[in-house]
Amino acid sequence: MSTATRTPPTGTGRPGVPARPGAGDPGGGTAGRAPLRAPSRGWALGRVGAWVLAAAVPLAFLGTFFAWPVLSLVGRGFLPDGSLDLSGFADVFSRPRTWRIIGLTLAQGAIGTVLSVLLGVPGAYVLYRCRFRGVGALRAFVTVPFVLPTVVVGVAFRALLRENGPLGFLHLDGTFAAIVAALVFFNYAVVVRTVGGLWQRLDPRPEQAARSLGASPARAFWTVTLPALTPAIVSAASLVFLFCATAFGTVLVLGGMRYGTVETEIWIQTTQFLDLRAAAVLSVVQVVVVVAALAVAGRARARRERALSLVAPGSSGAGPRRPHWAPAVVTAGVLVLLALPLGALLLGSLRTGDRWGLDHYRALGTTGGRNALTVTVWEALGNSLRIAVDATLLALLVGCLVALVVSRRPRRRAARRAVGVLDGVFMLPLGVSAVTVGFGALLTLGHPFGIATDLRSSGILVPIVQAVVAVPLVVRTVLPVLRAIDPRLREAAGTLGAGPGRVLLGVDGALAARSIGLAVGFAFAVSLGEFGATSFLARPDLPTLPVVIFRLIGQPGADNYGMALAASVVLAVLTAGVMALAERFRGPAGGEL
Amino acid sequence: MARTRARRRAPRRTTAAGLTALAGVLALTACSVTGSGPGSDATSGEASGSAGGTVTLVTHDSFHVSDGLLEQFEADTGLTVKQVAPGDGGALVNQLILTKDAPLGDVVYGIDNTFASRAIDEGVLEPYESQAPAAADAAQYAPDASHSLTAVDMGDVCLNVDHAWFAERGIAEPTSLEDLTDPQYKDLTVVTNAATSSPGLAFLLATVGAFGEDGWQQYWSDLTANGLKVAEGWSDAYYTDFSGGGGGGPRPIALSYASSPPETIPEGGGEPTTGALLGTCFRQVEYAGVLAGAQNPEGAQQLVDWLLSDAVQADIPGSMYMYPVSTAVDLPDDWARWAPLSDAPFEVPLDDIAANRDAWVREWTDLVVG
Repeated sequence: MSTATRTPPTGTGRPGVPARPGAGDPGGGTAGRAPLRAPSRGWALGRVGAWVLAAAVPLAFLGTFFAWPVLSLVGRGFLPDGSLDLSGFADVFSRPRTWRIIGLTLAQGAIGTVLSVLLGVPGAYVLYRCRFRGVGALRAFVTVPFVLPTVVVGVAFRALLRENGPLGFLHLDGTFAAIVAALVFFNYAVVVRTVGGLWQRLDPRPEQAARSLGASPARAFWTVTLPALTPAIVSAASLVFLFCATAFGTVLVLGGMRYGTVETEIWIQTTQFLDLRAAAVLSVVQVVVVVAALAVAGRARARRERALSLVAPGSSGAGPRRPHWAPAVVTAGVLVLLALPLGALLLGSLRTGDRWGLDHYRALGTTGGRNALTVTVWEALGNSLRIAVDATLLALLVGCLVALVVSRRPRRRAARRAVGVLDGVFMLPLGVSAVTVGFGALLTLGHPFGIATDLRSSGILVPIVQAVVAVPLVVRTVLPVLRAIDPRLREAAGTLGAGPGRVLLGVDGALAARSIGLAVGFAFAVSLGEFGATSFLARPDLPTLPVVIFRLIGQPGADNYGMALAASVVLAVLTAGVMALAERFRGPAGGEL
Repeated sequence: MARTRARRRAPRRTTAAGLTALAGVLALTACSVTGSGPGSDATSGEASGSAGGTVTLVTHDSFHVSDGLLEQFEADTGLTVKQVAPGDGGALVNQLILTKDAPLGDVVYGIDNTFASRAIDEGVLEPYESQAPAAADAAQYAPDASHSLTAVDMGDVCLNVDHAWFAERGIAEPTSLEDLTDPQYKDLTVVTNAATSSPGLAFLLATVGAFGEDGWQQYWSDLTANGLKVAEGWSDAYYTDFSGGGGGGPRPIALSYASSPPETIPEGGGEPTTGALLGTCFRQVEYAGVLAGAQNPEGAQQLVDWLLSDAVQADIPGSMYMYPVSTAVDLPDDWARWAPLSDAPFEVPLDDIAANRDAWVREWTDLVVG
């Protein structure tokens, strides 16, 4: 898995180096090409110690708040009476439903991924390669679905697709196609951003050369541009597959149990049947699928990866002002489709009885019809923001440490392998069921390390589990930038007399800081929208905005429903705002906005 | 500053601006878990220097009482009430079982009769016999003689119909479970998933009560053949699929509660536009109980008594859409008129539920959901 993440999946990767057409290598060079200054023995020991510490802090965090809860719960399934019992495998695999569920999971993942890529690559071209007015707003817009709470998306989709809804004539409600559509809705942005991020920096001259040698635009794209983009596409596809195969809320709302995934099945077996044995077996299946997906992607990329010519985005008039018509049409169509559920949400929030108005928005200052809530929606928003600040700080601290460690290319093979494993391990929170994490946390985190306060009822676990989920995104955002740093910059700094710490701060720190804006944005948005694990751990008197929305939707009364829609719109706008702001702070790449 | 230099330095400035903005956000939201506004009582309560200390209530996220009631209880007893709401229905019970060795709290509210037996059998509860005024009323709903669980409120899960829809088309409204398999009601009904939603499970049990342990399967096959829709949860069915719930869905028959119709009284008064079919109901009873291994069992007992107090009992309809067990308190006016309980809800003995619930749900899933 060591190469599983060498390309920037979030499209942040701004080269940390001045434009050096033809000379850049996004992988940051291999160990052989990056000889470090020969250090004295004392220095080396101290340095190894520092790196081990830098790896230990995030590992301790992940171990305590992720691995321990998950392993405890899975362990209960396999060690019911203290002795290992693996009969669950035979039992669970003999159920026809299990195989159907596994098949559906893979099918959803595969189809969702293929469609996301087919639609996302033209989107990456239009939104990142071309320059036109409003492109920044569009980029922020496509990111909104990715960070919207699944509860809200489920409601919006069903409002569109149900029998008498605007798209009811398609008869998609409750079908496999509806689920796949929702998965693409979520993951389109992942492809657009990942591929777009690389495309933006791709040296246009090879393609121009091909064109001037007589290749048609299509041929130039197929033979020159597409191969260059392949690492980013594979990277995006593996992430999308991960998200599709572990989708929970959307699948549950739109497909029910008929089109369940391994994830929804774990949830049902755990929460409804308390069949921990089955849940444990399915968790193992899930991890196997996830690790296999990451490994396959890593291998594919390792084969295809090669030195790419990169330039600073926009530095050489990289893109056309007006996009080619075909991708433009596809992208316009996709943008309309993305807007439909969001539009349905907005219209619903403005509708009171038979008339239009802002009543539901005014109601956000109340606790709902018949006091449906314990706090007003604005207070819940305040809770969400406070929690998101904590979660973001945690995720940044942990994520940056991980990125820093993983960006190294140690000379020793074992150390290199360890770095690769670390990289993969921190992807796991994206691929393990939130239910398992939430339930497991209730099991293990009562009084860990003899802490007197019961953490489970203190609310302190909420930002922590959100940070666990956000860390992989922070790593994916910061890591590519660190890896793209020309090792010669560090060598130069060293030659000029800077100590290792100084080099780290002055080179890695300074360059990575520019991508931190986007990492902050992602962590903040993910925290704002997180619902799965939060719903287990949030204190009833300190609910977050998604929890409040879920609660409003669960109450009778058209006013509460309208209020839930209005609150969802507020959440969506806030998230989009955070992302738009983050795009701005991603550095010169955003400078063209 | 020279133009070129300014441009070269721009990235750093943006970073600085970003960091400033971040700092601003931190300051504005008064960052950090410890100083988190109204909820900081969690830490102060932990000191437990006050008379009664802290009592932790484990409940579902529908637990709610009107402003002031909980505060009054805290003032009267010197207790600080902390709440945790880790799940609903079956999930709540299952979490209590999983965390038996390190209980989530002192007292639980919200276990219902479809899962009560599992909680009792797994030993997560400590018997307690309340002496509160409503305790005698509550006793008739007790799941067994062990006093493990005390009934607090109840409600009927029933099919609801959209009066306007049927009036408009001149079709007679259905009245019984059997009617729903009539071809004239084809494609009109939405219920919720019995495996994942508590009203769904209640309705499955209603059909078990109505058609017997060997007869309900045929009924569900007929229902499915007649165009039944199974939504995932209550809100999904009521708002998205139901034509009378305010969300403008297409189906005029939906699974909900007997207490839902008053919410559809049009603005300005009049009659509700929906009604409950009282011949299709299953009675849900919600219980409270002291948790085994509670840190503060006395506080837990006081909280159970408080749930049975007149003030809370009278508040339950308005806050939680359930009927109080107490016969001493008055129902809201519109409830008395528009939300009566069923005279003859379908019943399934708790022992049968305990023995068969999981098997029935699995069978139902295979049969209806596929």
